[in-house]
Amino acid sequence: MISTMVNKTLKKTAILIFWIAVWQLFSMLIARELIIPSPFSTLCALFRLAETKEFYISVFISLLRILSGFALGVVLGFLGGVFSAKSSLFKEVTAPVLQLIKAVPVASFIILAFFWFKSTYLPVFISFLMVLPIIWSTVYTALLEIDVKYTEMGQVFGLKPIKIFLKIKLPLIFPAFLSSCLTSLGFAWKSGIAAEVIAKPQSSLGGMLEQSKTHLEISEVFALTAVVAVLSLLLEITLKKLLGRYRDDKVK
Amino acid sequence: MIRLNNIFFSYGDKKVFDNFTLDIGSNDRLWLSGQSGCGKTTLLRLILGLETSQKGEIIKDISLKPSVVFQEDRLLPFKTALQNIMLVTNDETLAKENLEALGLKTEADTLVSELSGGMKRRVAIARALSVPFDYLILDEAFTGLDKQNIEIAIKQILKIAKDKAIILVSHSPLEAELLGAKQINCQALL
Repeated sequence: MISTMVNKTLKKTAILIFWIAVWQLFSMLIARELIIPSPFSTLCALFRLAETKEFYISVFISLLRILSGFALGVVLGFLGGVFSAKSSLFKEVTAPVLQLIKAVPVASFIILAFFWFKSTYLPVFISFLMVLPIIWSTVYTALLEIDVKYTEMGQVFGLKPIKIFLKIKLPLIFPAFLSSCLTSLGFAWKSGIAAEVIAKPQSSLGGMLEQSKTHLEISEVFALTAVVAVLSLLLEITLKKLLGRYRDDKVK
Repeated sequence: MIRLNNIFFSYGDKKVFDNFTLDIGSNDRLWLSGQSGCGKTTLLRLILGLETSQKGEIIKDISLKPSVVFQEDRLLPFKTALQNIMLVTNDETLAKENLEALGLKTEADTLVSELSGGMKRRVAIARALSVPFDYLILDEAFTGLDKQNIEIAIKQILKIAKDKAIILVSHSPLEAELLGAKQINCQALL
């Protein structure tokens, strides 16, 4: 067991080293820091950023903005999915809006929303917009796919509809819901950062990225991109753990 | 207790019941037999209110409580045997007593997904016996159980449902005999 874990870690480290070496090779071949900075100069840029207070504030505020949009999208998407499964009229009335959100490119929404919201709220709105249709359609489909035998069982044994929903339906759709949360979190994070790059709100990772680009600090752009990617991974792991714990509690 | 009066029911063009009448007394023991597809399960679904007849009426007091062992287990796989029972009742003592009587004392806290087919059947029976009920429906309830377990299960059913109506759907005369149920052949009713 332990040796398998050690082997796994060694393998992952080796893969990481391989790709850093590829990066180093490309940077040496091109030999222009303005196009591809070396891993070392990126690391130096990261350390420089880590020394500033602005960096941590930006990380925190960006997380807050995007997670707010994500949470709003999860809650409203969940409710939308539930009501759509419950009422076909509600489903038909809301279908064009969902279709529109799915079809319109995120860049168009960012530009449009730029005129509607203050720059600080734009990433919240864009993250929300990315999450909403994913959660909505997943919850709707998962609820419709529940085997009617389970709900009939609850009905025959005299369970109230709310108990059937909470104790039978909700745990049955949970795996699909969890997976849609994880997928949409990635989308929310990426599109939220993109919105920050365009809207340049105060104290934001996206704003810092844009600023570094303007100042041709490409190693800083690379460092910030790495931060965005690592944070995305950390968010995914945290959400997986949180929701996994909720599921375990439900089983207990 | 329950009267099915001139029931007509069909699945599309396939007529299942036409002008069908049946009276079920408060402590009747009925054994519905007959070939597969003759409407035994449909009849149970009509009684339970899971299907509605196209003609005729089902007269029963709405306060009558059913309990049922479905043809399939209908247990939530991510819950333990005891949790599945506690989902439909508040009587933990009775739930544990039924599990123990059916030989599942040590499996009470095991996830249903980890139980064998026969064990799941017995959990489904224990669940049906752990709720307060006026009539008990057993739809192929003993499928997959060996003779010894069938006898144990029926002994417990007779203990709990002593003065209650029992409606059995089964292909096994042994189960009907152990329950002391009167045979009603599905084909003969049509």
